[in-house]
Amino acid sequence: MKPFTYERAASPAQAAAAAIQMPGAKFIAGGTNLLDLMKLQIETPAHLIDVNRLALDTIEPTQEGGLRIGALVSNTDLAADARVRRDYGVLARALLAGASGQLRNKATTAGNLLQRTRCPYFYDTDQPCNKRHPGSGCSAIGGVTRQLGVIGTSDACIATHPSDMAVALRALDATVETVKADGATRRIPVAELHRLPGDTPHVETVLEPGELITAVLLPAPVGGTQIYRKVRDRASYAFALVSVGAILQHDGTGRIALGGVAPKPWRVEEAEAELPNGPRAFTTRLMAGARPTRDNAFKVALAERTLGAVLNEARG
Amino acid sequence: MKFDTPATTNPIDQMKVVGQPLDRIDGPLKTTGTAPYAYERHDVAAAPAYGYVIGSAVPKGRITGMDVSAAQHAPGVLAVVTAENAGPLDKGKYNTAKLLGGPEIEHYHQAVALVVAESFEQARAAAALVKIDYAAEPGRFDLHAARVAAFPPEENDITGPPETHVGDFAGAFAQAPVTLDETYTTPDHSHAMMEPHATLAAWEGDRLTVWTSNQMIAWANGDLAKTLRMPKEKVRVVSPFIGGGFGGKLFLRADVVLAALGARAAGRPVKVALQRPLIANNTTHRPATIQRIRIGATREGVITAIGHESWSGDLEGGGPETAVNQTRLLYAGANRMTAMRLAVLDLPEGNAMRAPGEAPGMMALEIAMDEMAEKLGIDPIEFRIRNDTQVDPEKPERPFSARAFAECLRLGAERFGWDARNSRPGQRREGKWLIGIGMAAAFRNNLLMKSGARVRLDGEGRVTVETDMTDIGTGSYTIIGQTAAEMMGVPIEKVTVRLGDSTYPVSAGSGGQFGANNATAGVYATCVKLREEVTQRLGFNSEDAVFADGHVRAGNRAVLLGAAAAEGDIVAEDAIEYGDLDERYQQSTFGGHFVEAAVDAYTGETRIRRMLAVCAAGRILNPKSARSQVIGAMTMGAGAALMEELAVDTRRGFFVNHDLAGYEVPVHADIPHQEVIFLDETDPLSSPMKAKGVGELGICGVGAAVANAVYNATGVRVRDYPITLDKYLDRLPDAA
Repeated sequence: MKPFTYERAASPAQAAAAAIQMPGAKFIAGGTNLLDLMKLQIETPAHLIDVNRLALDTIEPTQEGGLRIGALVSNTDLAADARVRRDYGVLARALLAGASGQLRNKATTAGNLLQRTRCPYFYDTDQPCNKRHPGSGCSAIGGVTRQLGVIGTSDACIATHPSDMAVALRALDATVETVKADGATRRIPVAELHRLPGDTPHVETVLEPGELITAVLLPAPVGGTQIYRKVRDRASYAFALVSVGAILQHDGTGRIALGGVAPKPWRVEEAEAELPNGPRAFTTRLMAGARPTRDNAFKVALAERTLGAVLNEARG
Repeated sequence: MKFDTPATTNPIDQMKVVGQPLDRIDGPLKTTGTAPYAYERHDVAAAPAYGYVIGSAVPKGRITGMDVSAAQHAPGVLAVVTAENAGPLDKGKYNTAKLLGGPEIEHYHQAVALVVAESFEQARAAAALVKIDYAAEPGRFDLHAARVAAFPPEENDITGPPETHVGDFAGAFAQAPVTLDETYTTPDHSHAMMEPHATLAAWEGDRLTVWTSNQMIAWANGDLAKTLRMPKEKVRVVSPFIGGGFGGKLFLRADVVLAALGARAAGRPVKVALQRPLIANNTTHRPATIQRIRIGATREGVITAIGHESWSGDLEGGGPETAVNQTRLLYAGANRMTAMRLAVLDLPEGNAMRAPGEAPGMMALEIAMDEMAEKLGIDPIEFRIRNDTQVDPEKPERPFSARAFAECLRLGAERFGWDARNSRPGQRREGKWLIGIGMAAAFRNNLLMKSGARVRLDGEGRVTVETDMTDIGTGSYTIIGQTAAEMMGVPIEKVTVRLGDSTYPVSAGSGGQFGANNATAGVYATCVKLREEVTQRLGFNSEDAVFADGHVRAGNRAVLLGAAAAEGDIVAEDAIEYGDLDERYQQSTFGGHFVEAAVDAYTGETRIRRMLAVCAAGRILNPKSARSQVIGAMTMGAGAALMEELAVDTRRGFFVNHDLAGYEVPVHADIPHQEVIFLDETDPLSSPMKAKGVGELGICGVGAAVANAVYNATGVRVRDYPITLDKYLDRLPDAA
């Protein structure tokens, strides 16, 4: 870990303003990912801005009938919230499918969205990685890729976004609320928050320097049967091979987002028109343009089969 | 004591203390966090400095330049140890690659430097400032590619002969009406123990003490002295508690050598724990295997030909994974062949991991037996029993010392409800789950090793045992205490056990499931000697004296045991040594593993539902700690079956998933109901304890039992471990 300076922010706007004044500054909340990365010197912030004392840890109803989830609400508290459990079951189930009880106690809502990939080559500082060292090359491509992305990837990076929560938020059409360094606020749909890697896999979101997520907004409940199905090699405490966040209505329509397959939660709204035609028709559209490796080609078939399992579960 | 004739009745047979399911005597220390592990020895060395290990960034090649100046000037840094400044070092007898590499690099993450600083964080920060230039060289990292150049490994005590042949295997196989010829693979495995390799080292003049985490104290002592080119009398190794080893701590490793060198360079005690991401590539691992098995049988299911070949790889000078071992002994068959081939690989050093040889060997052989039974249309249990043998099938003049193999299988079948199994696969479904039942034999050899102890009796009647035996979580403290208590006729509370110190007599150590039987036999031998001294001092005829209830009795006379030491402690020292009983008799342990597995018809996820192991392993010294050993081994076997694999990057030459997030082992949710049954057995040919090992028997065969259950559930046969869903998703029956 490199030595760093530290401050405790007084307000969200002040935190954002401070972040652009110090080159290499980072926000820290739960630290469940950032501290690991700092110890390995994958992240080397010169300055940490602690946002934990900002009063962003409540869940409030919105005028539109949805929920405003403070950026600092822990994954544990969010999953346990009665309104979330009642109206946004896919979110509660996704949260509980992730990490462990101890980690969920510390991990925050915004931090979960901004966690970084678990690509093993990203984690090994003796290997080239375009995310870690732009331009150094991708050592994963051609290597051990079973866990890595099959769609939305590029020749520079095939890493996945590891979050379960983000998959549910994508299916729920959630929006993040931010404050920028100049004090202005804006809203960004979760769909647009994460960028595909292209030639710049180190740039992972559309957030501007200093921009701080203050909340996640859930629209009014949409009902339906909500399911989060995570497939992994062991029964708990593992990242998804494939996961499916689903909101299914009685008329056969629905919304589906996938985890474990792409650099961001993977959802293609147009494909959802195919849902009444069955898992194969839908998945064929959803995964059109997939570029799997030999080792992870199974994820395409697994996505279809997992969706079949979800539809079966929804039928009861 | 020389043990060269079968044991007769002796005080252990009383089973007042031995054989009882006592709680482990070190339990309170562990549950209260006060057991002193190496990295936390705040009690023995004041203000230690901290070392941080730098591993090689290339798998093969040379260091062409190293700039440590920035690190040396970083805050808190006391020393930077490299091969260049460490002075001349030898290599340990049990090491294949050097523990401090450079300029030549033999494998990825081979240690090339240790940064020593006032704090761990300072050492870690400074380590990132060390600049190393490498000239990488091409290496051989792919077993499947290197297999063509594989050769018969050199024969030694551990490896055994590279090949065995009995009768005419080729001819009998060609003529057999029913045959199987299949190839199976097992991947590289990491020990993944909870406590990393860790050492605190301190010098006093030219004397060195290391508090470390090691299974074999005498080996570590000898190899540390050899590596540092010092007399071994000047080196003391202390390792009273070990947070898991599984074979990964059988040998001297880099943490010990680097802590010693760091302490010398810094002029004060230094402690080093291998960082978790280094462990997979810096230390040893269980090598991957490719195994071809051929079985020929009559239509009645009598094996007439059995052949097992195994290919594995290791660094130049290393050894093979002896995966054909059990096939030399487990089933009858007049015509037989086994062969091992070793390929040179430039991956990290391969070596022993829990049940080396049998663990991966049984994973392959016991799928093959299941496949063969199906071809024959015979129940898999019946097929195995039909080919049972009471003699070494390669050397029929050698009977097994005890072999209750068929009994294990029959009892297991009854207890597990084997009758309910449908021999046609893919027939049982509960909702989305495909349900299957599978079984496999369990087999692991019993090894005899010299083992010594020192036992002291004081005037209060308290007995203190000292031996360099280790407790790697197995329960050694407790069974040694039970042995001494039984022998001296005192309750276990009157016994103090001290382990893991090179100033104590050399024991068998912990490995190869040989620790329990041999170390307790060493204590037995020493107690026999102590009893003789006690009876002599008390004026008893040693033949008649009975040690019980804290007294020594003969005829009408009873004397407090402590009275013998009224004028000073009595100390006895002895060792158990063995004759040729293990040459005249084949000594092995046996069992059966039974597994019920459920496979998700949609996704192919496998969830084990219940497991049973039935074991015949001689006298069970403590049923509670033995059960813990077996259920732990079953868990490890389930991991090997379903998830564990060190993923090799065959271009870049290293194990990619080198932390506990990437190298998945079972979590609690993976392990359901586990049951263990021990047959009531004694083996008087194994030792005066009449016990054998059990800690590795529990892993041998589990993987195949899972694989066979998955087959029974799905009708899909997977021959490449681990059985992950990507290997059979496209062959699963239609889910809907």
